[in-house]
Amino acid sequence: MDLTYEWDWEYAWEILPDLLDGLWITIQATFFGIILAMILGLAFAILRRSEVRAISWPTAWVIEFIRSTPLLVQLFMLFYVLPHYGIRIDAFTTGVLALGIHYATYTSEVYRSGIEGVPRGQWEASTALNLSTMTTWSRVILPQAIPVVIPSLGNYLVAMFKEVPLLAFITVFDVLGEGKAACTRNFQCVEPYTLVGVLFLIVSIPSSILVRQLEVRLARQP
Amino acid sequence: MLEWNLWRALLDGTWITVQVTVLAALLGTILSILSGLAGLSSVRAVRWANQVYVDFFRGTSAIVQLFWIFFALPFFGISLSPLLAGVVTLGLNMGSYGSEVVRGAIRAVPRGQTEAAIALNVTSFDRMRYIIFPQAAVTMLPPYGNLLIELLKASALVSLITLSDLTFQVQILRVNGSASTTQLFTIALVLYFLLAMGITGLVRAAEGYLGRGLEIGRGARRS
Repeated sequence: MDLTYEWDWEYAWEILPDLLDGLWITIQATFFGIILAMILGLAFAILRRSEVRAISWPTAWVIEFIRSTPLLVQLFMLFYVLPHYGIRIDAFTTGVLALGIHYATYTSEVYRSGIEGVPRGQWEASTALNLSTMTTWSRVILPQAIPVVIPSLGNYLVAMFKEVPLLAFITVFDVLGEGKAACTRNFQCVEPYTLVGVLFLIVSIPSSILVRQLEVRLARQP
Repeated sequence: MLEWNLWRALLDGTWITVQVTVLAALLGTILSILSGLAGLSSVRAVRWANQVYVDFFRGTSAIVQLFWIFFALPFFGISLSPLLAGVVTLGLNMGSYGSEVVRGAIRAVPRGQTEAAIALNVTSFDRMRYIIFPQAAVTMLPPYGNLLIELLKASALVSLITLSDLTFQVQILRVNGSASTTQLFTIALVLYFLLAMGITGLVRAAEGYLGRGLEIGRGARRS
């Protein structure tokens, strides 16, 4: 063991701008990914509650299947399989798609708990008032179900952020992709990978604290 | 369908995936318990050190940790084999999440149990070992099962440090062009799904086993 590794400040300083560029890509992927996950997750949650078993049952299985298999394999699958069917999208979009679909299975659970938290009387009142299914969902149920689940969605935002580096393995130059590149270019890997880790800590610890505060604040409301 | 030798390669990969998952789960479970108990310690320095561990591993990404341990650690003269690097990283990672599960479950055991144990003059070690922990274990199991499935999924990362797990084998076969890409990835996902269902089944069985004789087990209503 030799714990006297000489940290190369000059090298660290030199690769930092590339890593920050990568971090920006990582943040963008997280942003688009969570938006997709929030939309798709809501669709999953609503389909799963369908009274038609031919809809609710397959939805439940698809959610279970996607959620219990590795994101990395799903990512590779989309990246290598889609072009076979003539669908050509760039690596970044493929990555966002994989992140969005994978995390939609988690967000759908979050929505489900929110929807189940809406008192039964609200459904009954909507029926009594002869509101259409569409109006019941969009004007009565969802406006009550969604605000309470926002902090839980925030937790998945942070979780997703930490999985974006997988995109580096389908040629996206996110923060880890830049780190890998610096490592192979210079044969010095300690600085890039340490900086990547530090950048993650710098972003994700404050965001977790923020989400926790949001949770506390929303819990205090009646 | 695929030829036998292709199945052979996929099953060999699955076996590596199982090994990595089981070994990392062992390490992760031990760390979860130690870290969960450390989080409840009355010594401030222990709680603080534990929080640093938990925040560090939860705050950074598993893949970044794996790359650091596999590619950066050798510069400090510590070279781990791909298997060891994978098991250590995934285990440390799982421990940081399991810590909260253990801590939460122990805190959920009614205070009266601790008070009764003190009144009966049970030592603090025996109190945890025979009274508090067995009751907390039942509450821990469902979230623990989720952690095991997350671990199984994360085990695919070891393919990126050249360990020939299921994901790695699929990539090799894909590059060789031995089978259609769609087929390969579908089979891999199904195999992972079957493993996950196996984990779910085992955790259910454990819930039934640990819950026997306890009021808070499955089927019994919590008062």
